[in-house]
Amino acid sequence: MNGQSWAQFFAMGGYGLYVWGSVLVVLISVAAELLDVVSRRRVILKFLKGQA
Amino acid sequence: MDTSSRDRIRAHARPFQWLWQYASPQRFYPVAGRLVPYCLASALLLVLVGLYVGFFVAPTDHQQGDAYRIIFVHVPAAWLSMLIYVVMAFWAGLGWVLNTRLSSMMARALAPTGALFTFLALWTGGLWGKPTWGAWWVWDARLTSDLILLFLYIGFMALQAATDDPRRGDKAGAVLALVGVVNVPIIYFSVQWWNTLHQGASISFKAAPTMGSTMLLGMLLCALGFWAYAIGVALMRLRNIVLEREGESDWVQGLPEVAVKKEPV
Repeated sequence: MNGQSWAQFFAMGGYGLYVWGSVLVVLISVAAELLDVVSRRRVILKFLKGQA
Repeated sequence: MDTSSRDRIRAHARPFQWLWQYASPQRFYPVAGRLVPYCLASALLLVLVGLYVGFFVAPTDHQQGDAYRIIFVHVPAAWLSMLIYVVMAFWAGLGWVLNTRLSSMMARALAPTGALFTFLALWTGGLWGKPTWGAWWVWDARLTSDLILLFLYIGFMALQAATDDPRRGDKAGAVLALVGVVNVPIIYFSVQWWNTLHQGASISFKAAPTMGSTMLLGMLLCALGFWAYAIGVALMRLRNIVLEREGESDWVQGLPEVAVKKEPV
């Protein structure tokens, strides 16, 4: 950030919407995918336990 | 015939015998489980350092201003979208030719992650295109072939989901995945073969990098981190698929996470 303020940092020279819109969607997608895989595992294990 | 000589014959029939044991879902399931934390931890570390370098160390671009910083997520996502496809087609093909069901399960486990990264490459590309080209989307060769990649992933998953018999689905998926591989070099070389609005490759093996070294470092760290994440999440999904498909078998029923603990009377 080379000596600028946080406000300047988040503004990204006027491109904040584009830059943070990219980074945030990537992070949200990854979190959602992890959540999906973990919850799927819970469902499968619950089903398998019910069978035994 | 005693067991040892039978083993010797088998070792002759199958080279890389030691590797074959991991083709068994039963053997690979715990191995995958042990690998996942290392993959996810290194992914987190690499992406954090990569984004730090990208956003706090790398300078502002003199042409594109700070808009170029989308590169730190766009290029890693785009690379992975192509790489995962090739790896998915490889495992699907291997599962078809060698009849190893774990390979086909690996292909299934990779598809959603590949589709996600293709979507992210298109999404971040749109957000980069708007300020630099003035358009969210153009029908140029790079963007169009990448959209086709997304449809290939979706087609692969839909085909698997629509086929009740898992092994038949694996084979059908393998045919689709292998035919679709031709699209990957088209995506990669599209910026050279056609006159596209999309800029040329960020990294070339022939020429010195045209980008600043801290920009390059941030991008490579994020790419490695995304890579580690993709391996980790695909292994997690592979374990789910193994449990779903082999749920009836004794070894799954005997797993500590499945077996119901008997309460002491």
